[in-house]
Amino acid sequence: MYGSIAAIGMGLAVIGAAIGIGRVGASAMEAIARQPEAVGDIRSNMILMAALVEGAALIAIVMSFLVSNPA
Amino acid sequence: MHKKYLTLVFALFICFSLSAQQGHSHEGHDHGTEGHSHGTHQTTKEKANAHKGHKHDGHNHDGHNHDGHNHDGHNHDGHNHDGHNHGKDHSKSAKHDSDHGHGPSCAHAGHGHHGEFDPAATAFHHISDANVYSIGPWQIPLPCMLYAPKKGWDVFLSSKFKFDSTGHGDGHQAYNGYILDAGSVKRITEPGFPDGEVPIDGIIHDDEDIAYACYQGKMWKTDAKSTADGGIFGGGITSYYDFSITKNVVSMLMVMLLLTWIFLKVAKGYVTRKGMAPKGIQSFFESIFVFIQDEVAKPFLGAKYLKYQPFLMALFFFILGLNLWGQVPFLGGSNVTGNLAVTMVLAIFAFLVVNLSGNKHYWEHIFWMPGVPAWVKTILTPVEFLGVFIKPLTLMLRLFANITAGHIVMIIFVSLIFMFSKNGTSVAGGYGTAVASTALTLFMSAIELLVAFIQAFVFTILTASYLGAAVEEPHHH
Repeated sequence: MYGSIAAIGMGLAVIGAAIGIGRVGASAMEAIARQPEAVGDIRSNMILMAALVEGAALIAIVMSFLVSNPA
Repeated sequence: MHKKYLTLVFALFICFSLSAQQGHSHEGHDHGTEGHSHGTHQTTKEKANAHKGHKHDGHNHDGHNHDGHNHDGHNHDGHNHDGHNHGKDHSKSAKHDSDHGHGPSCAHAGHGHHGEFDPAATAFHHISDANVYSIGPWQIPLPCMLYAPKKGWDVFLSSKFKFDSTGHGDGHQAYNGYILDAGSVKRITEPGFPDGEVPIDGIIHDDEDIAYACYQGKMWKTDAKSTADGGIFGGGITSYYDFSITKNVVSMLMVMLLLTWIFLKVAKGYVTRKGMAPKGIQSFFESIFVFIQDEVAKPFLGAKYLKYQPFLMALFFFILGLNLWGQVPFLGGSNVTGNLAVTMVLAIFAFLVVNLSGNKHYWEHIFWMPGVPAWVKTILTPVEFLGVFIKPLTLMLRLFANITAGHIVMIIFVSLIFMFSKNGTSVAGGYGTAVASTALTLFMSAIELLVAFIQAFVFTILTASYLGAAVEEPHHH
């Protein structure tokens, strides 16, 4: 029954990342709407920020993988 | 015109899904006589239930954990049910166990999958590395270079395992104590197994997914290869090391040769067509190259970008090439950038380049951040120091997780066919789901193409930003 608890951990990590990446995306869209000429800069920064947010979630997911395999 | 192509691809996918399904239903029949497969599945299930019930009866001495590494006894405890047989029967006969019908045993040994279709196992099988290269349904043997402490090196071609040219890559023959289980080499750890070419009756798995080779009616426990992932995907440090030219290595070599060829051609284009507009493959790669140069290298590295540009370009195109290589249907779908070892090496390179080119300013910001109170420094220094290692760690995990997740999603969509067709018994379910899952797989393929580019880009841009922080000159105010 390890797996079920690890799955909850994974789910929580993903919720956090989803909120973070959602906010990154929403703000980028707003910024592009405000300044369409800066779309190139905004896009690459958006991807960078999304990747950083994702990093935290990935660590949590791998940790939950690790605890679900105590062998 | 475009519609035509799309229809063609769609039709190909459906053909593929259906042929894969056919292949699977044949495997179902391998277990017994024609039309017997369903019955076999049921009994397996019942056995599994019986086995589980038995396990909770307090026969702890038979547990896997306790006896799993014990090499002097016969190691199929947990299936052996010694306790059930009056507790003292340490008979080595697997036949004996099978008569009682608990758990897996060699009596029903066949090749391929056992029991019900297990989507998770299928997914893990397809994302893992293999000692055979699969193109479509065909399996191509690859060189094996195996090293076991005390035993030494074994170098041979994996065709020695006598696996079927189509199918799942299960070897019908053991060679020097190694077997081929679903495309990957495993080593028989129990003493007494003969060296050389030994025909085996099959390979079976227990509940913990440990593989056993069947030979002369006995179950011989095997070890998976050593992995550096701490056993997340099975393994850990086991009894032997696999230095083979595996499927992933072949893919990397192919991508390397392809990229070398492309870039030599592009470079030649600049010489022969000097002063002229780029043409053909040259213009295609120039746009990507300039994009990385302008969006990644220059903004983060400033004036020094030329020094680090070769590294960044190599990273980008190698990762992109491997990501795309894994996306091509029927070419093996090798999950190279979704392999923790590969991404770890890439991340180690990034770590070394960043930290070896870090200047005084960079280290000062890590160990003694200027401009903050001393008590804040006591918190900041450990955090910054950990950050030095967490950065490459996240680089490694991000690429690995994104690509692996993509591959798993694809496999699960295809697996839906087998789940709904109940392993080939429900034709309507199979054909109905085949259409839907083909559409879903195509959709995911489109997304994964995007992900292939984004992840290569993200790896490069993050490396560039870490590098930029390491080589940045202090601003004098």
